[in-house]
Amino acid sequence: MQTKVENNKAWFLVLPVFLIVAFSAIIPLMTVVNYSVQDIFDPSTRYFVGTEWFQQVMLDSRLHDALLRQFIYSFTVLAIEIPLGICVALMMPTKGKGASLALILVAIPLLIPWNVVGTIWQIFGRADIGLFGAFMSYIGVDYNYASNPTDAWLTVVLMDVWHWTPLVALLCYSGLRAIPEVYYQAARIDRASRWAVFRYIQLPKLTNVLIIGVLLRFMDSFMIYTEPFVLTGGGPGSSTTFLSQALVQQAIGQFDLGPAAAFSLVYFLIILLVCWVFYTTIMNMQKDK
Amino acid sequence: MAEITLNSLAHSYGEKPDGQKEYAIREMTHVWEQGGAFALLGPSGCGKSTLLNIISGLLEPSEGEVLFDGKRVNELKPEERNIAQVFQFPVVYDTMSVYDNLAFPLRNIGVPEYKVRSKVHEVAEILELTEQLKRKAKGLSADQKQKVSMGRGLVRDDVSAILFDEPLTVIDPQLKWKLRRKLKQIHEQFNITMVYVTHDQLEASTFADKIAVMYNGQIVQFGTPRELFENPAHTFVGYFIGSPGMNFFEADLIQQADGTAAIRFGEYDITASQAMLAQLSDMQVNKITLGIRPEFVHVWDGKSDDAFLVEVDYVEDLGTYKILSFLFNGQMMKARLSEDQKIPSGQIYVSFPEQWTKVYVNDYLVEPKQETQDAN
Repeated sequence: MQTKVENNKAWFLVLPVFLIVAFSAIIPLMTVVNYSVQDIFDPSTRYFVGTEWFQQVMLDSRLHDALLRQFIYSFTVLAIEIPLGICVALMMPTKGKGASLALILVAIPLLIPWNVVGTIWQIFGRADIGLFGAFMSYIGVDYNYASNPTDAWLTVVLMDVWHWTPLVALLCYSGLRAIPEVYYQAARIDRASRWAVFRYIQLPKLTNVLIIGVLLRFMDSFMIYTEPFVLTGGGPGSSTTFLSQALVQQAIGQFDLGPAAAFSLVYFLIILLVCWVFYTTIMNMQKDK
Repeated sequence: MAEITLNSLAHSYGEKPDGQKEYAIREMTHVWEQGGAFALLGPSGCGKSTLLNIISGLLEPSEGEVLFDGKRVNELKPEERNIAQVFQFPVVYDTMSVYDNLAFPLRNIGVPEYKVRSKVHEVAEILELTEQLKRKAKGLSADQKQKVSMGRGLVRDDVSAILFDEPLTVIDPQLKWKLRRKLKQIHEQFNITMVYVTHDQLEASTFADKIAVMYNGQIVQFGTPRELFENPAHTFVGYFIGSPGMNFFEADLIQQADGTAAIRFGEYDITASQAMLAQLSDMQVNKITLGIRPEFVHVWDGKSDDAFLVEVDYVEDLGTYKILSFLFNGQMMKARLSEDQKIPSGQIYVSFPEQWTKVYVNDYLVEPKQETQDAN
């Protein structure tokens, strides 16, 4: 037993990674934990408050509403972006100049900074100068994202779909390209329908990229801040105020650092939990029965 | 059930082929008879897979016709051709169970479920997959996956031919012979035309009744394994079939003063029948290639008058037999010695029996006309 303990120098090799992770994740997170359990006025005046901030956050009805909105929003964009992304990937050309052109066109929305995306849609949706807004009033729809909550929702969802479907499409496209030609040949010999080819060849081979796609899209949409902030500012009223905006209002707007820190931790745990549930479910589905 | 005819078939992957070199398949006419077990043997890149894909319809030939039982099928898609194809790498539908995999081709054409069940069980029984039926195809070993791929071809009643594209490449050696025997049994049981592509002569000769040897986009010989061995129609067949391959050497055909022809290799005279010599004279060639299989080279124990004196180079012991390499007029040649034959050294006498010394002009076998007339 003694010999096993002797050479522990290998641990030093892990040290750089440990330091990086410490500075990038653990220490900032601990700062938040620090704030969440204390009431801090200045560095020398602080009181330990235990779970008080957590209780306050958990009972805050404003946050409950924001959480509910957040879930509806995330699942809506996922429900649209994933199937749409797969469809786009299936339709993209695979050979020749068309393939490169399609890749570039599809990737363009991903290259635009987030606040610019918000600005683009803010103008795009305006009834007086925006193409979309003007078109809506032209066909007789009373569309105004600044005053009508439904219109605001529609615009925010549309914006996210426009911005992020390309990511799903590109992931699926790479997944589809990785399927050997012989699978399609065998399917032709077996007289599989187009749907059967998708259901039994393409979709199973896409599972892994789709897991990544869904997780990324869930996390990103659950943390969305910039685009709705630029587009609607969380309004009208608080109809498009999602969790991170509520958090920012609390932390910076009202400077309630204690409750905001507690809120951040709960927020973080929710994302972690949903991702874990999702990942385990998919992995279990894949297992041999 | 079908007889597959390839009529002046040629294929080129390029748009506008110029010259013979551009063709993956050079113009050929060939018939695969109904119910036979055939092998398509050739080195990598000779066009065997291309030919197979043309038969199954995955590729459309640039020239010529494919006929099934005399009917042109060029325009038919693979799904309309009543053909099954097994690929080099096993294709299984990962998320389905083995049962569903086998049932898939039947369900696609709307076969009622009770028929699907009996057919799948029947095929699973033959392929020894019954125990795996409920498992997901994803977790199977390579050979089981390949059996599932084959099974999908066997479940269909309408399949008239099964094409195999090097199906045993990814299978462990000890399982290879098992699967090959299985295929042979299936062939006997179902009376289906089978075409088996391989680059392994052993695989070809154990599976097939007749082998088509393919070289440079052409079928250079189509015959039984024995015919390929004893009477190679092309120098490539001689070289490719057999281990080691045929010995070849270039000899001169000279016209003697008395008006007769003779074959000379350096200072040696090679005997040949009068008919053969006459035939060669008619062809007006002066360079010919002679080929003899190492198995047929006669190695004398002592001195012999009719034999050539050659220099032994080395002897390889391959366990059950030995390969003797010797220098004949400066050219390295090989002879196969049986286990009990004494190991020669130094200078020895060898002879080439006339019957087994084949004559080639421009790589193709020359056979004297008179002999064929005699045979008739």
